[in-house]
Amino acid sequence: MVVVLTLITIVAGAALAAVNYATSAQIEKIKAENLAKGIKQVMGVDQSADFKYTTEEAGDYTLYQSDLGTAIQSTTNGFGGALKVLVGFDKEGTVLGYTILEHAETPGLGAKASEWFQKGQKGDITGKNPGQANFTVSKDGGDIDAITASTITSRAFLLAVQNAYDELKKQQGTDGTTAATEKGGTDNE
Amino acid sequence: MNNFKIILNGIIKENPTFVLLLGMCPTLGTTSSAINGMSMGLATMFVLILSNFIISCIKNLIPDMVRIPSYIVVIASLVTILQMVMQAYVPDIYATLGLFIPLIVVNCIILGRAEAFAAKNNPIASICDGIGIGIGFTLALTLLGAVREFLGTGAVFGFTLQGETYGMLLFVLAPGAFIALGYLIAIVNKLRKA
Repeated sequence: MVVVLTLITIVAGAALAAVNYATSAQIEKIKAENLAKGIKQVMGVDQSADFKYTTEEAGDYTLYQSDLGTAIQSTTNGFGGALKVLVGFDKEGTVLGYTILEHAETPGLGAKASEWFQKGQKGDITGKNPGQANFTVSKDGGDIDAITASTITSRAFLLAVQNAYDELKKQQGTDGTTAATEKGGTDNE
Repeated sequence: MNNFKIILNGIIKENPTFVLLLGMCPTLGTTSSAINGMSMGLATMFVLILSNFIISCIKNLIPDMVRIPSYIVVIASLVTILQMVMQAYVPDIYATLGLFIPLIVVNCIILGRAEAFAAKNNPIASICDGIGIGIGFTLALTLLGAVREFLGTGAVFGFTLQGETYGMLLFVLAPGAFIALGYLIAIVNKLRKA
């Protein structure tokens, strides 16, 4: 009895190890490709262009620094689970673009977040600066139109963008001079 | 019972969703659109066919007392393999189904068929049973997904059939799953009796 069960688990373990070995390279490749694609998209760079960036981990955030600005990966709790977004900021902190990396929002409702806040759409956030514009939904007195019937998702999304912005400012703050002027700028608003 | 009959049995007479009412969790959870339902059905079918085959092959080696743990090891390994393969080669579908793939392990259809069919029949018949039940499950999930997607968003498989403004969002949400499933079971039962 023990022998059989041990044998079965050994065979199963070996099979899993073999498949893991065969697929792990491919999985890593796809993840890296998706990330590179996402970064290019949110920074407004052509997909075929060669684009260099450096990666920086900061707590819950991942920052991808480049000449154009910074793409930041930020996570909040959406309506159906973790909502992971990648937002591109230029040097001043203006939103260049965004993409949703992972979500578990309701299809047909919250899942619309991947289009709703894009350039030219109803809740367009591109070209706005979270330091100047109020990045909350209009129901909460903010400047952004929420997705119809999906206020929770919209709030979570905007919070993720705001958090990413705050993290960006914090990082710039530790760099020295730039932050001081930025801070002064926002206080005068 | 010949093999063709076994396949047909799984699709109609013992349809896991509409007749046996097994595996309700993935049925209700993943059918918010037709494509999600179909992917879930196909993923389950893959695991079901292989688990039926393997369990049928090793059924004489396994002592009765450790039967269930052995089945679970086999099923869990197959699901993990499926998960890794999907992640590597169909990342888009994996992204939508993500959470539900590991849950195939505890899908009672698979353990149920292992216990009720594969443990008593030869490997070929067990594969046929896996195919039959798998197709039955896939059809049921696709149908339920299509109905919910159509009523909820006005589209089927992503193709818009009527304007989105006519969509009843309720059907994409959880209560819609119960309502749509209830009516589908009633219709299927009516048709079966007729």
